Amino acid sequence: MKNTNVIVVGAAAVIIAVVGYFAIDKGRQASEAQKEIARLSADVERLMGEKEKIEKEKELALRPSSLTVVSWGGAYTKSQVEAYHKPWVKKTGIKINSEDYNGGLAEVKAQVESGTVVWDLVDVELSDAVRGCDDGLFEPIDLSILPPGDDGTPAKDDFLPGTLYECAVANIIWSTIYAYDKTKFPGDKPSTIADFFDSKKFKGKRGMRKGAKPNLEMALMADGVAAGDVYKLLSTPAGVDQAFKMLDKIKDDTVWWEAGAQPPQMLADGEVVMSTAYNGRIFNAQVVENKPFVIVWDGQVWDLDLWAIPKGAPNKKTALEFIAFSTDTTRNAAQASYISYGPVRKSAAPLVSTHAGTGIDMKPHMPTAPENFKNALQNDFAWWADHQDEMNERFAAWLAK
Amino acid sequence: MGPPSYAGSLQRSWYYGFRVICGLIFIFLIAPILVIIPLSFNAEPYFTFTEGMLTLDPEAFSLRWYEDIIANPQWLHSIKNSLIVGFFATLLATTLGTVAALGLSRPYMPYKQIIMPLLISPMIVPLIISAAAMYFFYSSIGLSQTLPGIILAHTALGTPFVVITVTATLVGFDYSLTRASASLGAPPARTFFKVTMPLILPGMISGGLFAFITSFDEVVVVLFLAGFEQRTIPRQMWAGIREQISPTILAVATLLVMASIVLLVTLELLRRRNERLRGIRA
Amino acid sequence: MTSTTANDAIIRTAEGVPLKLKLLRTTRRNRIVAFCLVVPLLLFILVTFLVPIAVMLLRSVDNPIVAETLPQTVAALEHWSGQGVPDEAAFAALAEEFTLARENRTIGRAATRLNFELSGMRSLVTSTARTLSRGEQGPYKELLIEIDGRWGEQKTWATIKLIGQRYTTVQYLASFDLHYDAAGRIVAQPEVRQIYVQIFMRTLWVSLLVTVLCLLLGYPVAYLLSTLPSRISNMLMILVLLPFWTSLLVRTTAWIVLLQTHGVINDLLVWAGLIGDESRVQMIYNMTGTIVAMTHILLPFMVLPIYSVMKTISPSHMRAALSLGANPLVAFWRVYAPQTVPGIGAGSILVFIISIGYYITPALVGGRTGQLISNFIAFHMQKSLNWGLAAALGTVLLACVLLLYWLYSRVVGLDKLKLG
Repeated sequence: MKNTNVIVVGAAAVIIAVVGYFAIDKGRQASEAQKEIARLSADVERLMGEKEKIEKEKELALRPSSLTVVSWGGAYTKSQVEAYHKPWVKKTGIKINSEDYNGGLAEVKAQVESGTVVWDLVDVELSDAVRGCDDGLFEPIDLSILPPGDDGTPAKDDFLPGTLYECAVANIIWSTIYAYDKTKFPGDKPSTIADFFDSKKFKGKRGMRKGAKPNLEMALMADGVAAGDVYKLLSTPAGVDQAFKMLDKIKDDTVWWEAGAQPPQMLADGEVVMSTAYNGRIFNAQVVENKPFVIVWDGQVWDLDLWAIPKGAPNKKTALEFIAFSTDTTRNAAQASYISYGPVRKSAAPLVSTHAGTGIDMKPHMPTAPENFKNALQNDFAWWADHQDEMNERFAAWLAK
Repeated sequence: MGPPSYAGSLQRSWYYGFRVICGLIFIFLIAPILVIIPLSFNAEPYFTFTEGMLTLDPEAFSLRWYEDIIANPQWLHSIKNSLIVGFFATLLATTLGTVAALGLSRPYMPYKQIIMPLLISPMIVPLIISAAAMYFFYSSIGLSQTLPGIILAHTALGTPFVVITVTATLVGFDYSLTRASASLGAPPARTFFKVTMPLILPGMISGGLFAFITSFDEVVVVLFLAGFEQRTIPRQMWAGIREQISPTILAVATLLVMASIVLLVTLELLRRRNERLRGIRA
Repeated sequence: MTSTTANDAIIRTAEGVPLKLKLLRTTRRNRIVAFCLVVPLLLFILVTFLVPIAVMLLRSVDNPIVAETLPQTVAALEHWSGQGVPDEAAFAALAEEFTLARENRTIGRAATRLNFELSGMRSLVTSTARTLSRGEQGPYKELLIEIDGRWGEQKTWATIKLIGQRYTTVQYLASFDLHYDAAGRIVAQPEVRQIYVQIFMRTLWVSLLVTVLCLLLGYPVAYLLSTLPSRISNMLMILVLLPFWTSLLVRTTAWIVLLQTHGVINDLLVWAGLIGDESRVQMIYNMTGTIVAMTHILLPFMVLPIYSVMKTISPSHMRAALSLGANPLVAFWRVYAPQTVPGIGAGSILVFIISIGYYITPALVGGRTGQLISNFIAFHMQKSLNWGLAAALGTVLLACVLLLYWLYSRVVGLDKLKLG
């Protein structure tokens, strides 16, 4: 590529001109700060008291002024702002830039592979956490930074089994359920996962997440497959065919959503009569916005959300501090008083009490409440890590036909 | 106006029928744009006319969605980004494009048949391909998720419009004017600013407007290149339409329609000025 | 003042340089000056646009990950017949390179790449590498097959051999719903995974339909505008230009507002009693939505070129035909219409080219069935992260567009490209 060398040099001038414009401002700020420090340092010997002050300033200057934390938006991010961000800012003075995304590794991969990482911390699903770690997209996390539980139990025993990973620390348990608008069903009401796939018995549009996960699992459970057999069956071609055949039954009645904030909105607008959703979003609509929505817990697919640090994150050290801070017993329990996602620390579970806004008891709204947990399936991250390419491709082909 | 007096009854009905058909097509063209304007003043969070609106009840109208824009730092930030990107992209595109058009219009331009398609290629290549390509390349040199990266990308997309409009203005350009200026001792730069530029200014401005609107309306490249901090107005609208459609979008849309009306009027005035100038010369 | 001498009869300039030479020099100077004026933009476009496009197109055949992670294994597989399983050398190379790649944390990327081709490769590769890194010793053939039975299967090795190629055609095959089977033959994908041929066909069909619709709607409007007195036609022209200058997203939003199930048109129909409240018509988030919105957005691109051609047709032609006794329809068809063909050609090709690469509108209003090829390119760019396939699909699309542009330049001429 000899020719491109010439081109690149030529272009550099143009690029530098533009970049330069934006750099000037920052550069000026930086050089002024340096001058200030230099001047004060000269006076240090005269005024010992002032020296201390300067050192304090220096220490503060070394810490980042803000941390970019990326999560799923809507009511979920709001709960994190209340439970983690606000107390964190109060304690450290480090601002949090909260950004939204819709899951997946695409943005992280793009940032890491291009070397322009701007995210410090991202809230990911388990299968993405594991896959991202394997692919070298996430920083390994030293688990010894995690504080022990309130009762003194060391962190590794206090966290529920299967919630700590090489590159990720879980913060909540959440679940994909389906919910319906009870005003649309004056007579019989849907009560099982099979009812969701029965558009003859319960007429009306459905909402589903635009992707294979966890629609395939729900389809099989609706077809009468026991939760324990779902992934065994999905590992066979016949099982996958069976799942898609179930999805075929409601294909023409389904509206597909991508962002977690959409299902409650679609239900509220009357665009759909029932929709799969993240349970916390429906809880928020029920309790905070007083919507007539009912959650059907039968056939729920639960998963973890974990904190992970993109490789080469600009403020890795502070991000680690934030992870330790936000997953301690108090914060982990506090989170559950803003949205109905379960804590991952054993020591936090008994502290879950009432909703911060309305004072209702949170326990019956948790995915892990015994009443809700009867027919529940844990998302199998290992199966998805292996099959998501094929399943998503097949799902995309199925969807477009 | 009416059908010619000699027209028969068949021709007469065809004459009116044709106008009705055209009228319907004009309604198809313009109605969707006009419909959103009253809806943006809806007091309710719906996208349809409420009973109150139809009976012109003042209670049914409000400015709440406009207040929403002003109160929302994300919208304000995106407006700022759009203006910054649009301004610099237009400036760069107009400068580079005008200079190139001057060269292309010269009678002795070599390899014009090869160079011209290359220069207007950003207009030809489907945006999704441009966006994907720029995303890979700009990421690898650290320009993705930065405003300068988006400015460079939008400049590239905008230059073909400048090249085309300025080249069109230069068709029939009287080079004896610049020769006269040169023979009277003016240096080339002075000749350009005093003689050439006033004549091609309408072309430059309309090319610049095209470049600006290209940048201002562009969302595909921004979807790929911009991070949260670099979101522009169309990117913000995109998120709104995809995820949570609220009447705030209609308020923004109404403002944008107003902006395009201003643009349209400016262009029309320019066109008239251009015709007048050419009329005098002819 | 020029001076000539009788001997050579060469015309000279005042400085005594032969005029021919002087003219040549001036021409050359002019050429250089002209070229220098174009150079900055040419370089700019090259660097910010053309080089990125070229680099992306290369991605469709570039396939470095496995070749770089497992070079010895790939080399050992060169001599493998493709029958049964390879010999101990390949197994040993694989074991050694897996251990090394796990240390360097590059094994995950290789696993991901292989998994795109054969599901299950990810866990097979990562778990095998994990077991091997405990320091197991050979002979490796038995060891690997003991770790996981799939190492004894021919298709596992065929996949590594296929994806180990530094440059590959698999992405182009995938773009046409084809793939290599375990024996290395090119065969059609299983039916449930076939999609792209259908999407390309759909994209062409939608583009054609939108072009025809634009022509049907645009032709009468252009005719009306070109025949009305300029005072009125200038007013009506605003109705064409305002949509043209209005943001794409605004126009798409407008159609969502109009067409959605609880939108203006459905409400109107329900209010008028034409349909019941329960049987609202689904007009958006499907193919209908895509076609209606695209037709609206692209209509000005059809009206403007046809209008500019019609403007140049003298009305006397039609009058002459009519006065010679032609039926008005025949006169129109035989005399007027043929003269508008260049405008129709320009408008149609322009609309078709823009439609074929359309992304925004189908993405926003296309729902499940109204997605075009651009949307699938975006899907592989942003969601599935199969960038090689995105690049291959993009290359096919780009080839279509360039072919059409070549046609356009033959029919219309690129320098006739006008705006507004």
